[in-house]
Amino acid sequence: MLQRLADVITWRFLGLQPGTHLGDALHFFIYDSVKIFLLLTVIVFVIAVVRSYFSPERTRQILSHRREYVGNLLAALLGILTPFCSCSAVPLFIGFVESGVPLGVTFSFLVSSPMVNEVALVLLWGLFGWKIAMLYISTGISVAIVSGIVIGRLKMERYVEDYVYQMKVGSSAIHEQSFRDRIVCANEYTTDLLKKIWPYVLVGIGIGGFIHGYAPADLLARYAGKGNPFAVPVAVLIGVPLYSNAAGVIPIVQALMSKGLPIGTVLAFMMAVTALSFPEAVILKKVLKLQLLLTFFGIVALSIIAVGYLFNAVL
Amino acid sequence: MKIQILGTGCAKCKKLTEQAETAAKELGVTYELEKVTDIEKIMAFGVMSTPALAVDGQVKVSGRVPPVDEIKSLLKGV
Repeated sequence: MLQRLADVITWRFLGLQPGTHLGDALHFFIYDSVKIFLLLTVIVFVIAVVRSYFSPERTRQILSHRREYVGNLLAALLGILTPFCSCSAVPLFIGFVESGVPLGVTFSFLVSSPMVNEVALVLLWGLFGWKIAMLYISTGISVAIVSGIVIGRLKMERYVEDYVYQMKVGSSAIHEQSFRDRIVCANEYTTDLLKKIWPYVLVGIGIGGFIHGYAPADLLARYAGKGNPFAVPVAVLIGVPLYSNAAGVIPIVQALMSKGLPIGTVLAFMMAVTALSFPEAVILKKVLKLQLLLTFFGIVALSIIAVGYLFNAVL
Repeated sequence: MKIQILGTGCAKCKKLTEQAETAAKELGVTYELEKVTDIEKIMAFGVMSTPALAVDGQVKVSGRVPPVDEIKSLLKGV
């Protein structure tokens, strides 16, 4: 049906000829845009409704006093569903630590939450197929689990700012939303999100359709292909300070992939951009002493680099 | 009534402040609006995700910006 729609617009309305470069590129662009925006709308909306049942307060209860492994796994999974924006990283961190969520488990959550989400899933699925989307999600969760376990093992509790432990956290009963309110909110959230990300998504799709044919496809592959052992760490080092969500980084990902960068290097770059950032470091510095902050960034960056090498080797 | 906006000052906090003011004005209630930006005070409310809205010291919403209509019904419920 989407194919039909793209056919009608490109060949009938615009009068372009199949087989011409412009015609084919435009056909691909229309088809992909409609498909990806439909997917985004439906999935973001559904997740927003599901998410309204997973408040950070409830997540905290589930994670409180959890042991290693099970705790880290739960935290990484809940990170996908619990709404979280980096501006509330501080209250969230204090709330978790205060109620007895182990430090390593808290970090598994902090890593997974910005990196693994429904927008990344839909965009990778729509642009590169479900295999790459699943690969990203599952390795993202693994990075969150492993980093959390390592940080937990290092016993760095004393490198959390002292005032965090002295803080008195009140208890509050949050007013439960009715189902109708949840739908209204999910609707508003979806609209806001789409308004925010549509330009990035279109540019990402556009790169796949148009620019593809115009620059040599192996441009980057020559310098940063599988043969260069430094490509993955360099991609991660460039990605770490950058700050963007999954949608913002998609055009770059699309461009890198179409210019011949191997999949492991590109996914590692995307993870580094979404999971770690300079602004996040500044925010977390309020609750973490420098040693712990650096350890956190170091361990997550190393896990991401490992994932990059792994994929370049296997795929 | 006392309306408090809890948040360290990101864009969503500003939006919530605007929405809450609109809601209160549309209801025609007399209110006093306070922005709570101090992290210790925010934690004392038991809030983990900002922005949050408290009415007369009671947290009503946290971690999202509800539509004006929902805020109105929250204010009326006090």
